[in-house]
Amino acid sequence: MSTVTLTIDGIKVTVPEGTTVLEAARQAGIAIPTLCHDPELSAPGACRLCVVEIQNMRNLPASCVTTAAEGMVVSTCSETVVEARRTILELLLANHPEDCLTCAKSGECALQDYAYQYGVRKAGFAGERHDYPLDESNPFIVRDLNKCILCGKCVRACDEIQGRTVINFAFRGFATKVATPMDLPLGESDCVFCGSCISVCPVGALTPKQMLGTGRVWEMRKVRTICPYCGTGCTIELNVKDGKVVGITSTPEGTVNGRALCVKGRFGYNFIHHPDRLTAPLIKQPDGSFREADWDEAIALVAEKFGAIKTAHGSDALAVMASARCTNEDNFLANKLARAVFGTNNIDHCARL
Amino acid sequence: MRRVLICAGTGCVASGSRKVTARLKEELDRQGLAEQIKVVNTGCHGFCEQGPIVIVEPGDIFYCQVQEKDVPDIVAKTLANGEVVDRLLFKEPGSGQAVTRYHDIHFYAKQQRLVLKNCGHIDPENLDEYLAVEGYEGLKRALTTMTREQVIEEVKLSGLRGRGGAGFPTGVKWEFAYNSPGDKKYVVCNADEGDPGAFMDRSILEGDPHAVIEGMLICGYAIGADEGYIYVRAEYPLATHRLRVAIAQATDRGYLGENILGTGFNFKLKIKEGAGAFVCGEETALLTSIEGNRGMPRVRPPFPAVKGIWEKPTNINNVETFANVPVILRKGGSWYASIGTERSKGTKVFALTGKIINTGLAEVPMGITMREIIFDIGGGIQKGKEFKAVQIGGPSGGCLPKELLDLPVDYDSLTQAGAMMGSGGLVVMDETTCMVDVARFFLNFTQKESCGKCTPCREGTKRMLEILTRITEGKGEMTDIERLERLAKVVKNTALCGLGQTAPNPILTTLRYFRDEYEAHINEASCPARVCKELITYWIHQEKCNGCTRCARSCASSAIAGAAKQPHSIDPAKCSKCGVCIEKCRQGAIVKLTGKERQLVKH
Repeated sequence: MSTVTLTIDGIKVTVPEGTTVLEAARQAGIAIPTLCHDPELSAPGACRLCVVEIQNMRNLPASCVTTAAEGMVVSTCSETVVEARRTILELLLANHPEDCLTCAKSGECALQDYAYQYGVRKAGFAGERHDYPLDESNPFIVRDLNKCILCGKCVRACDEIQGRTVINFAFRGFATKVATPMDLPLGESDCVFCGSCISVCPVGALTPKQMLGTGRVWEMRKVRTICPYCGTGCTIELNVKDGKVVGITSTPEGTVNGRALCVKGRFGYNFIHHPDRLTAPLIKQPDGSFREADWDEAIALVAEKFGAIKTAHGSDALAVMASARCTNEDNFLANKLARAVFGTNNIDHCARL
Repeated sequence: MRRVLICAGTGCVASGSRKVTARLKEELDRQGLAEQIKVVNTGCHGFCEQGPIVIVEPGDIFYCQVQEKDVPDIVAKTLANGEVVDRLLFKEPGSGQAVTRYHDIHFYAKQQRLVLKNCGHIDPENLDEYLAVEGYEGLKRALTTMTREQVIEEVKLSGLRGRGGAGFPTGVKWEFAYNSPGDKKYVVCNADEGDPGAFMDRSILEGDPHAVIEGMLICGYAIGADEGYIYVRAEYPLATHRLRVAIAQATDRGYLGENILGTGFNFKLKIKEGAGAFVCGEETALLTSIEGNRGMPRVRPPFPAVKGIWEKPTNINNVETFANVPVILRKGGSWYASIGTERSKGTKVFALTGKIINTGLAEVPMGITMREIIFDIGGGIQKGKEFKAVQIGGPSGGCLPKELLDLPVDYDSLTQAGAMMGSGGLVVMDETTCMVDVARFFLNFTQKESCGKCTPCREGTKRMLEILTRITEGKGEMTDIERLERLAKVVKNTALCGLGQTAPNPILTTLRYFRDEYEAHINEASCPARVCKELITYWIHQEKCNGCTRCARSCASSAIAGAAKQPHSIDPAKCSKCGVCIEKCRQGAIVKLTGKERQLVKH
């Protein structure tokens, strides 16, 4: 593969041809702030926070959409660049509710982090702010368009990850916003509530409703596991606080799914701590009621009954129906149980939920 | 055969030219002259202020502001007896001298019409009339005697630069598209003319649509494209209609379609109507819109020449650029390059609007001075007022002061002065124009038309507009000027597309040339041009008022009190500052006070 060598902040960097200046800088350990950039999505070059100065180039190009070229001399932290970034952050904050105290995103908000990093304390441009009503019309996603910075990641995630294109930009100028067709609430749109938009939102504009008020970001322990629902095997992260699962998030590191999940995987976790959930085996009594038992007793009883059926009616009188919610390993064992222990090929799988 | 040319451009249609045409045909029938005299509806003459315009050939007799009732005189005197109807002649502003011949009018005398040559002189809905004036000869020459490379060289030699505003060399652009590998290529004509006050592209499409089609065909041949789009704004119904007619006629006669002129070259042309977004005049937004998506600009590179419509190599030029191409192919690139300046070749069409006497379209050689355009062609400033500034290049351009009136009009000089050629809108302002208010007007436009994609344009134009509004309301502070300058610089430097990058130009140029007006608004609560309503008070000069009551009777707010034959006075609390009273007063007794003068009223 051919490579190009460029100089970024005085450091010589060699990268494969076609690499963006942003990626090249990151490879050299130089951090450039971004809001609309996402390696999993197409690059619109919209937020302009990642602008840099490149010798012999007009204006300040956005590094996320500028391809590194041989001999390029890039400055990522010149006075002009820092001034531009500060101004862009000021502009965003001038139209952003200053409610980091109660915002669910506080602690993992890109805008908050960059404002801190660039020392933008107060918006220098007081003026009109958006005053949109909160969209809470559905059980899963809270949309607060007042916090939206119009980076467009949700629009691209809906289109490019989920393939739904339920949302897009509407209106113009200061009135531009992300909207569903006819600007209906999300609950009345074609949204399937996969929540991919939440997973890419850099600010608090899109948050999972069920997690509201359950804890601050830094109080959560993230436990990486596999989604129990179907055979796809999506990586999920349980958000655990005080020993309780209070939410599920996805991670770009998910090998199967990246940040994509379905509505069940992302939002269907309430069964974990549900009072009706079975936590011990139950054995049916002659009067029809159930008695709690331990696992040894229950398994011994089942083994005894299976043995009796096999003796009386033969192996093929038995069949195994496995669940898609079982892991591969569980299903492998069920297979062994059917063929090696029961002696039957009667085994199937529900394939989906 | 005698011909009567009646303008049927949008301007003249609005002032009644259709009725004039109908009446004329009726009258000719009645007098049995219909066989001897041909009535032709033409495109725009560019002198819209004087519409409806009627020209009688031969003789080149120019009648203006012709109404239905004038038709019998034209028929009886001019058409039947060759006499001139004096009252319908154009009178030169200033001298008042009546001019008979079209080409003797000052407005036309200094123009050099290459692109507008046919506008007003042929029937745009009749292909034969276009063919009679060497129409499609450029295409013939290209297809039958030149290689594709030679065509590109010819256009490069001409020095033609993009007339949409940015001024990129057209031949070089074609060469990029030619060199882009791809089995499918497109030619796109940008007819999404949206600058306030600009209507040159509309007039070309309405007056000479085949010239644009011919230019596109030549481009298609040169770059290897077999399909083209004309992206025309839906607000131009007449232009769209004439394009459709022209495409149908050209297709019928073998100038469009398969095996054009028997050379094996194929080209089909489609019209895409815009939905009203100014930003779609930006080339990448336009291409996105053709693809059926929301018109939002895309990042360049890749340039359209590499990845255009549906990621195929695409060459996109503006209407006027394409309209120049047939002339270049007919007369040669070096002939074309002999017109204009060293780096800006050929002519440019300007739309003259604002406080200028001769409103209309003027095509002039590059390098002419602003003074010649405004005073010689444009006739100077209306009502004897003083010239103050000219806004060139639409909302992306800049305001140039009278000190720059002798600036040669070419791409580089204008850019150096902080403005830009733009599409060619020239809005002339007089002493009664407030420059802060003008900047506010243009920022209001760019803010409303910002696509909202990039932060600096969407949020930056909003805050700049708010600061300007504050200053015009007398609520500005001196730190606002610094804030404006800082924001303007960042928006210019960081915005994604041309709309955002040039949006601060009206602010930067007014700050550069008219900074004192900003300071007067802020420091003295004074609007020197007496425009900003919050900073002016209407006042009646007690010694001058003769108590005629005209002002009081015309005041819609009942703000003027006073007995007949006694000096009147205006109640500032009730006055809506509409200005009607000033127009009504014959004594010149009513004045607008601003700044310290307003204390006269307070005391």
